[in-house]
Formats: sequence, C-alpha cells, structure tokens
Amino acid sequence: MNTTLKPVTPADSLIEVSHICTRFGAATVHDDVSLTIKKDEVFAIAGGNGSGKSVLMREMILLQRPTAGEIQIFGQNIRQLNPVDIAALRRRCGVLFQHGALFSSLNVAENVAVPLREHTNLSKTLIEELALLKIAGTGFPMASVGKFPNELSGGMRRRAALARAMALDPEILFLDEPTSGLDPLSAAGFDELILQLREWFRLTIVIITHDLDSLWRIADRVAVLGNGKVLGLGSMNELSTSSDPLIHEYFHGPRGRAAMEQAWSRK
Amino acid sequence: MNGAENAIAPMAERTARLTMTADGTLSCAGIWTLDHLADLERQIAALPMARAGHVNCDVGAVVAMDTGGAWLLQRTLSQLERSGSTVSLRGLSNDFATRMQTVAQSWTQCQKLQAATDSGWLERVGRFAWSHAANMRKGLAFVGETAAVSTSLLTHANRIRWRVLLYNLQVDGLSALPIIGLLSFLMGVVIAYQGAEQLRTFGANIFIVDLVGIALLREIAPLVTAILVAGRSGSAYAAQIGTMTVTEELDALRSLGISPMSLLVIPRAIALVIALPLLTVFADAVGVFGGMLIALSQLGITFTEFLDRFEYAIVLRQYLIGIGKTPVFAVIIALVGCYQGFQVSGGVDSVGRHTTISVVQAIFLVIVTDAFFSILFSWWEV
Repeated sequence: MNTTLKPVTPADSLIEVSHICTRFGAATVHDDVSLTIKKDEVFAIAGGNGSGKSVLMREMILLQRPTAGEIQIFGQNIRQLNPVDIAALRRRCGVLFQHGALFSSLNVAENVAVPLREHTNLSKTLIEELALLKIAGTGFPMASVGKFPNELSGGMRRRAALARAMALDPEILFLDEPTSGLDPLSAAGFDELILQLREWFRLTIVIITHDLDSLWRIADRVAVLGNGKVLGLGSMNELSTSSDPLIHEYFHGPRGRAAMEQAWSRK
Repeated sequence: MNGAENAIAPMAERTARLTMTADGTLSCAGIWTLDHLADLERQIAALPMARAGHVNCDVGAVVAMDTGGAWLLQRTLSQLERSGSTVSLRGLSNDFATRMQTVAQSWTQCQKLQAATDSGWLERVGRFAWSHAANMRKGLAFVGETAAVSTSLLTHANRIRWRVLLYNLQVDGLSALPIIGLLSFLMGVVIAYQGAEQLRTFGANIFIVDLVGIALLREIAPLVTAILVAGRSGSAYAAQIGTMTVTEELDALRSLGISPMSLLVIPRAIALVIALPLLTVFADAVGVFGGMLIALSQLGITFTEFLDRFEYAIVLRQYLIGIGKTPVFAVIIALVGCYQGFQVSGGVDSVGRHTTISVVQAIFLVIVTDAFFSILFSWWEV
C-alpha cells in the first residue's frame, strides 16, 4: 500500500555517474569520474577549491553537459531525455545554490511560491499556505517572510532558498555548499535541519561541501574529488584512515583533525 | 469494501478522490500529491461542510501523500472541526502520520505570523512626499560634491585619472560616431525633404539652405546627439556604477582610500564634456550633407550653390549656440547617470530600475534645459 509513486529506479541507485570527463578548453576538470548515489542516503562530494565539485553537480542537475560519459538519474540516461522528460526530472530535484539564488525582486514568500505557481494550478490561498508551510519547515523566522532577499542575513537567505528548493517535495535535494559563509552555530543548525528534512521527507541528499564538521555530522558516504578523479569514496571513518596522501592531507590538516576529534567526542 | 479498493488502488488509480457518505464517513483515496491537489481542492469545496455530528475520516486508500496533500487533509479536517463536527482519523500509515505531524507543526509556526498592518492613505502620501524630498536633497548633495571635487581638481590636475578619462573618451565618443552619423544624416534628409515640399510651392527653393542649416546646427544636431548619448553612455554609467554598488566594489574602493567620485564620476563627466561637443560637430556636418543630397535631388540645388548660400545665410553665431549648449548637456547626462548608479541599493532589479530612471531623467532634463536656453536666447535677442 505504501508503494512509492513512481518506482522508476531499479535496485537502489538513484544517480549513476559513469566515466564522466569534462574539459573547458585546455583545462580538464573531470577525468573519468564514476560514482553511484543510493536512495535515501546523504552523499557528500568533497574536495579542494577547483576540484570540479560544483561542475559535477551542475551536470547532475542538467545545467551543463559533460564532455564525455553518462549520467543516469532515476534510471534514465540524461543524454537521451526530451524536453518534457527533462522538465519532469527537474520537478523531482530540488536545488539549493551556493548563495541561495533567491529572486531579488520577490520577497521570501513569493520566492517560495514561484515553483508552486509555475507547476501547479492550485488556488492562490493554497499556494500561499503551502509556501508558508515550507518556510516554517526550514525554521525561517516567520516574521520576515515579507522581506526581500537583500534584507536578509546569510543564514536566513540560505533557509529561504532551501524552502524554495523543497517547494515541490523533491525526491533528491542538491545542496551546493549550504554552510559556507555561515558562523559555526548557524552551520551546525543548518546541518540539523538537513538531517531533519531528510527524515521527514525521506529525501536523497547530494551535498557539496568542504565543511569537515558537516561531513562528519551528516554524510553517509563521501566522495573526495581531486586531480579530476575520485580520490576516495566511502564513509568518513573509512576515508579518514585512507592511505592516499591527498585524502590524508585533506582530512588530517589542522582543521580536519579538530573536526575529527570533535566528531569522535560526540560519539 | 475498503479492502477491495486498497488492493487495486496502486494500479488503477491515477487520481485523488474524496467522498463524504451520508453516515458521516469521509473517505480519501488515490494520490494526494501536488499534481492532483487542484482536483482535490475542487472536490473539497463541493463538500457539505456545515454538518454537526461525527465525521469518520478514512485515509486507508490513499496511495501517496506529500506535504501539499497532508496540508489539504489537515486543513479540511480542522475546517470540519470548526464547523462543529468531531473528527476521527483512520487508516493513517506511519509515513503519512509523520507528514501530517510535520505540517501541523509548521502551521503553528505560521500562525504566529501577524498580518502586516495596512498603512492608511495619509501615511502613504507622507512617505511618498518624504522619499521624494529626500531624493531631491541627495541629488543636490551629489551635484554639490561633484562641484567641490572638480574645483579642487582644477588646481591639482595631476590627480585627474587620465587613463579612465581617455578610456571613456574612446568608448563614449569615438565608438558613438557611426550611430550618431547615421542618425543625424537621416535627420538632415528628413528636414530637407519636408522643407522641399513646402518651399517648392513658393518657388523659394534656395531657402532650403537656411532651413536645414539653422534647424540642424542650432537645435536638432545638439539635441539628437545628447539624447543618443544619454541612452548610450548615461545608461552605461548607471548600470556600471550600480553593479559596482551591488558587488560591494564601491565599498572596496572607499576602504582602499580611493574616492569613487574622483575615480568614477569626474573622469566620466570630463570625457563627456569633451566628447559631446565634438560629436555634435560631426553630427552637424553629416546632417547638413544629408540635407545637401536632398536639395540636389529634389530641388536641383548643386553642392556649390548650397555651400555659397550656406556661408551667407548661416552666421557663425547659430553654430556656436548649438555647440555651446552641449557641454551643459554633457554634464547633465554624466551626473544623472552616475548619480542613479550610486542610488542603487540591494539587488539586481534595482540596477535595472535606476538605469531606466537615469535615461528618462537625463533626456527630460536635456530637453528642459534646451527649452530654457531658447527662452534665454530670445531674451538676449541672439
């Protein structure tokens, strides 16, 4: 009775990236990157600046085409999709962009209502109510729903953008550095929120981050990108004992160690 | 009966349904997700809400439910409760129960939201007047600041940013030549054409020279050039400086001890003061040439005849009056463009709005100033 609505996915892999190569002119961003994202997991993509994390995400959400290689989402090869399929696919994915990307001419409530207004033919009242519900669900201070993006703090803007990404009840949520630029307390709060949303909505979450605290806190599996390749893939525990020098450097630098110690003490 | 429905529900149903039976059972079935909510909404609106007694809500046949569906159910049930019914919920799976709970929780948050107090008309009028007065004050302050910085630059010419100035001279002056040439050529053609029709009926063909010469040199060429430059360069100033405001580049300049006024405004203003008169001279020449062509083809006046008459009929004064107005236009265009750029606050749409305002204001002020000059010159009888 509780069957999921559209059981398209075979087995439990929701996104399959196989042998992706991406080049911008002479610069190679990805050189044979493959990974599988399973249903209901929090999959993190980590790596230094310029390691191609964001580009990989942009390819997954159909904003950019890889030079070579295939990406399958919900079992569909995204190269073979027609515009109708693409629109349907986009509806099932929510995206939180790095700086929120809220529409600056609309206030918070209107921003969250945009996808609802665009993709459903619900009554105005219902759209407003649903938008407010989504905003409340992200812990955004309700007194500020009438404010415009430029009047919000970074943390509030992030929460409002998350509400917009959640507006259509997506199955996959993509988060591009959701905690960057937030103070440690807000970042921790945002991590909690992500975990909570995942529990509420049984989401699959793909998160790009270099925040080591976040990685320890919320990621089920982590892929570390570097030199255009996947340097390592596994849980944080597995990765932190990896012998690869680059991964070791990444997780055992001064900040990495602090984050790890904190994570251990929490357990 | 419910059991049988459940068994086939996942396969057969691609809709969401809601029915109320006479004995007070509200049975919900199908897919309660965003795609079907509009349909559900209509069904709910048609429900007999005002009934007392007990309502037994059975959601056992609901196949899928997202936040939207959960909210709609929640809302319907509380509506029933408010209208005096008691409600019991049956057949809710764990998953859907969590969703309903989440929604209920979020809604209590929403209810804390107080309706914004609507401002009265008096307040709106007051705010409108106040904001306009404040804008006027800010505009005056900007003009004053520019004047102060310019005068200090007069004595310290080495502080002028020559590179920026020369760059703007190229972009706003040299690059504008083709479009201004084309436009003033067409203006000359149009004036000569219209004049030729009238003058021929009087047999006063040669006066086409006076008409084209005075109209172009004194009014049309300076005005058209200024309007074009306002649309071309004034808007660019507003957009450039506005974008710099949004990306905090202006703040960066200030914190580095570089005055945005001396880096951004003064060089642009000086460049335009130099470029606009030169552009107008070019427009004069090309426009008169357009007039000459029409005089030749329509009235049979040769270039030599035209130029002979031109030397005699158009005194130098007409030309100088036309050119003399343009530095004033240039200052207006540059200052309005830069000022609107500085007025940008917040987001991207603000840049667009102020760019539009800069063009409209600049053209408006240029034409008003031109009219003012006309009155002034007629007083002086020049």
